[in-house]
Amino acid sequence: MEVQEYAGAEAKQKRWDWGKLREPLVLGEPTLHKVTADIGQIIDRPPTVKFWIAILITGTLAAIGFACIAYTVAVGIGVWGNNNPVGWGWAITNFVWWIGIGHAGTLISAILYLFQQKWRTAINRAAEAMTIFAVMQAGLFPLIHTGRPWLAVYWLFPYPNQMQMWVNFRSPLEWDVFAVGTYFTVSLVFWYTGLIPDFATLRNFFRSKVKRSVYTFFSLGWTGSTRAWRHYEMAYLILAGLSTPLVLSVHSIVSMDFAMAILPGWHTTIFPPYFVAGAIFSGFAMVITLMVIAREVLGLHNYITLYHFDNMNKILLATGMMVGYAYSMEFFIAWYGANPYEQFVFINRATGPYWWAYWTMVFCNVVVPQIFWSKKMRRNIPVMFVASILVNVGMWFERFTIIATSLHRDFLPASWGYYAPTWVEVGIYVGTIGFFLTLFMLFAKYVPIIAISEVKAVLPGSQPKHH
Amino acid sequence: MAGMKKTAPVAVMGDFEDPDALLKAAEKIANAGYTTFDVYTPYPVHGLDRAMKLPKTKLSFFSLLGGLAGFFVALLMIWWTGAVDYKLNIGGKPLFAFQFAVPVTFELTVLFCALTTFAVMLVLSKLPRWYSPYQHDKGFQRAVDDLFVVVIPASDPRFILEDAMRLLENIGAKNVRVVED
Repeated sequence: MEVQEYAGAEAKQKRWDWGKLREPLVLGEPTLHKVTADIGQIIDRPPTVKFWIAILITGTLAAIGFACIAYTVAVGIGVWGNNNPVGWGWAITNFVWWIGIGHAGTLISAILYLFQQKWRTAINRAAEAMTIFAVMQAGLFPLIHTGRPWLAVYWLFPYPNQMQMWVNFRSPLEWDVFAVGTYFTVSLVFWYTGLIPDFATLRNFFRSKVKRSVYTFFSLGWTGSTRAWRHYEMAYLILAGLSTPLVLSVHSIVSMDFAMAILPGWHTTIFPPYFVAGAIFSGFAMVITLMVIAREVLGLHNYITLYHFDNMNKILLATGMMVGYAYSMEFFIAWYGANPYEQFVFINRATGPYWWAYWTMVFCNVVVPQIFWSKKMRRNIPVMFVASILVNVGMWFERFTIIATSLHRDFLPASWGYYAPTWVEVGIYVGTIGFFLTLFMLFAKYVPIIAISEVKAVLPGSQPKHH
Repeated sequence: MAGMKKTAPVAVMGDFEDPDALLKAAEKIANAGYTTFDVYTPYPVHGLDRAMKLPKTKLSFFSLLGGLAGFFVALLMIWWTGAVDYKLNIGGKPLFAFQFAVPVTFELTVLFCALTTFAVMLVLSKLPRWYSPYQHDKGFQRAVDDLFVVVIPASDPRFILEDAMRLLENIGAKNVRVVED
């Protein structure tokens, strides 16, 4: 028995006999120039008809969304389904959903960087782009939700105005302004910093004069000087170090929008870690959805490998279990805390008028990721594509459940109500999905979707053996 | 080419393809007394800055200053707007308390620190600068793609054309050439 095990271990080791303990990060052993050419040609070749059709579809959805926003602003917030017990409907659900999706991008680009997880290099660029575009969608919702966004300037930002009024720093909603604003700005700076050397690489790769000029401009004249690289690498490290606590703070602060209120179902200390885990969960699901498509359409099989998906699905499984734990712990504490209002909210959540939302959430977020215990499933593209979409459906329902079920039946049965969205809210939500996909496709076509210089730096043989 | 036009050499250049050889070469150039030479690489090569005997970057010091500025700006803003300039009683909460100032203070610390880091990184790297005296050199253009290019500029106090060329050839640089203005 023991001998057999030993033989098995040896055979296993033999599979990686070529001196590597891990699977290769990039398949096909490309040369340095091949990496440049593989990524550069995506941008260099003219856009296909399929690309324009896709842009037309997502662009139309975005236009519908903006028309619905215009309608809301022109007529008033009354065109939404928000009512007296449920003041926060789809708008805040969508806000939290979008901002959560962004979190995986920062986790991949910053946290995995600090932990020296080299497999992040192929997916970090696209994931960061996703973060930026997702935060843009998120930012729209609270702004429209104010009803009069043009007045929101002095509600949100502390600037000297003629009324001599300042914002209320005691409100979690005001903290959110700073959290989301900082998150967007820092993500953008981090993303652009990573892009500078790649713009320089492609500036010299392109033949087209227009592309050369645009890329030269954005490369800021980067030459690859070692004197610059040493500042650059330190900047990258510092930005990663800043983004790591930042990303944890953002969703913690978003969760405080709820947790600081005294409402049963919201007023719990578990919210910050629970929200952060959920954010990373949904973000990774979105990265998988987008990367499965980008890999197929752009032919990036050698750069985004099954190894990457395997790792991401493991994170999906782990964070899925964390939110599952949070769901059960919430229920347990509601019972253990012996507060009848708290108990009522949770029983109402699972069995009340919104039971379908609750159980969709449990199915998508807790049951679905369990398939990823199997390595075969973690490496099965169709399975993970469907699972990743289901996870984001589930995470949307999580936010909806938290908002709608906690609000719709408050302390006084006389003021109970029910909330359903109108077509305007649905239109705005669909519009943000269209806007997000439009931005992402333009990014995938015109910006290097793989971090070229970072991939080169992790290729076998690219670094000195001894220093 | 030489002698046809009256041009001044700007630099001496040589190419490397192997990172180990590059590291050794950089060390030898530094040991030969050149202080302003540079190596252009498509990606950061580990240990190259140390081989070139470059001092450690001072960027993190400026980042710290930026972060501290953000920290104090935030605290000052929250305290002054809420507890000095316009005292507004909201739910009987204190006009200022460090507890409710934590989130915004944290965010502004991060924001100021990140923006400072980015800006100072550009300044220290002498960017943006959309021109390089070497930009027409074919090898130099490949330095952002797949070639390591060692450059000893004519402005180096130690620079003597023949010496520099001989040094590059001796340490194994390929295609050693003079770049002219």
